[in-house]
Amino acid sequence: MNIIVCAKQVVEISEMKIDSSTNKPILSGLDKKVNDIDKNAIEEAIKIKDKTGGKITVIMVGEPDVKERMKELLAMGADEGILVNSPGDLDYSQLTTLLSGAIKKIGDYSIILCGEASTDMFSGQVGPRLAGMLDISQITYAQKIDATKDNVTGERNLGDTVVTLESSYPVLITVTKEINEPRLPSLMQILASASKPILEWSVDDLDVTLEQKVLTTDLQGISMDRKNEIYKDDSDDSIQKLVDNLAKDGVLR
Amino acid sequence: MQLELNEQQKMIQKMVREFAEKEVAPIAAELDEKEEYPIKTLEKMSKLGLLGVIIPQEYGGAGLDTISYEIVVEEISRKCASTGVVTSVHNSLAAWPIMKYGTEEQKKKYLPILAKGEKIGAFAATEPNAGSDLGAMATTAVLKGDKYIINGDKTFITSGPVAGIIIIFAVTDKEAGAKGISAFIVESDMKGYKVGSIFEKLGINASQTSELIFENMEVPKENLLGAEGDGFKIALKTLDGGRIGIAAQAVGIAQAALDESIEYSKQRQQFGRPIAKFQAIQWMIADMATSIEAARLLVLNAAYKKDQGSGRYSKEAAMAKLFASETAMDAVLKAVQIHGGYGYTKEYTVERLFRDAKITEIYEGTSEVQRMVIAGSLLR
Repeated sequence: MNIIVCAKQVVEISEMKIDSSTNKPILSGLDKKVNDIDKNAIEEAIKIKDKTGGKITVIMVGEPDVKERMKELLAMGADEGILVNSPGDLDYSQLTTLLSGAIKKIGDYSIILCGEASTDMFSGQVGPRLAGMLDISQITYAQKIDATKDNVTGERNLGDTVVTLESSYPVLITVTKEINEPRLPSLMQILASASKPILEWSVDDLDVTLEQKVLTTDLQGISMDRKNEIYKDDSDDSIQKLVDNLAKDGVLR
Repeated sequence: MQLELNEQQKMIQKMVREFAEKEVAPIAAELDEKEEYPIKTLEKMSKLGLLGVIIPQEYGGAGLDTISYEIVVEEISRKCASTGVVTSVHNSLAAWPIMKYGTEEQKKKYLPILAKGEKIGAFAATEPNAGSDLGAMATTAVLKGDKYIINGDKTFITSGPVAGIIIIFAVTDKEAGAKGISAFIVESDMKGYKVGSIFEKLGINASQTSELIFENMEVPKENLLGAEGDGFKIALKTLDGGRIGIAAQAVGIAQAALDESIEYSKQRQQFGRPIAKFQAIQWMIADMATSIEAARLLVLNAAYKKDQGSGRYSKEAAMAKLFASETAMDAVLKAVQIHGGYGYTKEYTVERLFRDAKITEIYEGTSEVQRMVIAGSLLR
């Protein structure tokens, strides 16, 4: 069974600071990494492959530095990588058009796995859009997957309810963080990853037309002013005062 | 001249750092407190290949260079110095001499076991009256038929109580001085092998250190490592590599002291602002970071020289070990000072780092011995 995993490089969002004068996030100099939830997708792909056999192909769209991240995923257990060179900043429609073009070019697949969203923008659009473009069924927010030769069952976590869906192939599944614990590659796997193929495709290699539909005009940090109220001790009086004030502000109910 | 890790080394660093963060850091304080050997961590490490970093692939290891090995020991030690020293001793003091001086049979028999972590490795040279002066060792080995009969006591043996494969040293020719010392590969289930007292120590409490007692211990003739009389040379050469591991451990401890100090000084408020805003703290942080950078470069340089294969890296290894261990000691002193009263309590990691750092100036050659080695190679 051939499995395709779509992964993304993101910046380390926990290190991000907001420029207080412009209120814009400072993105330069931040460490880059594989989107955490995409590692869950790879881990799930490896588990399915262990059970059913087949091949795992990872697709990433981005600048050439994405290759370093791709190697991490190959070390974890993916068999080959496809790096689609990004022609610039893409909106979700363009990004999924590129991904669907690459997937059509690959052709033979049963499952596409994506993280439910990326930790930077967290739109959660890529998986569902991609399934729509490819006109295949989808199971989003999967917290559990059981794949057999003929079909797949997935538990969708919708917060207050869990819905179990069954689908034939091909199918696109987006996974949540809860689905598994991504493995670390061993030293031997890191060594072996050096000889796994990474193909580089450009827009011209794909049968796609990119049309921008959304223009990002600004990116602003959310400013939160602190009240800086200091309670001098932890006496019952102070605690009561803190609780009263929190209640007054609507934080406690 | 390139002073940057290659892509593969960076991947290894990232993997080990993530592993240490997830699996080593959360239990480090508890293992220290209970003086509990990190056996579960070592099992997990063996699955990732971290117990066979330098062992060639044909014997089940990863067959990596000394620089990758330095990275592994530093990153593990950054979260737990005890687990770091066990890793270092296992790789460089137990596996390396077999790789370098072992016969094909010895390599085939012992290296895969060490690479898989099925048995933990140790190195037993030190005796109650032969520490820095290894030539004064009193343990004897006498060949009787196809076995050596070995008698004597070894002390301060890292992983002594748990080790399954131990490189030991004994005198086979009393008249020949240092050239009368021989090396042996010993298994802990050999007749006459006994673990003596386990030491209560100031630091690295999760690594167990003990005496080993050999009472008419029977070691098959084929377990002689190298030729009779090669022992002193094997011990010194092995310790050259071991020192790179201990230097890496020291850099890990120092880096941890810096990590903790940066975090604490940014959040600790005194006189209405974070203490990181005070120059007194800033200078300590700057000095720590500068020494750590220098120490790490010395360690990488020694590892690089070892990887070049000329066999001449004693001076570089001694310099790295001397400077890195003294850097670690200086860094933990400053880290506790920055933390003030809190740093003196077990609530804060720097208290453990303070206790763990000291040993790096002592084992695998004291700072004084390192200076002897460095001066010796300059004044030849």
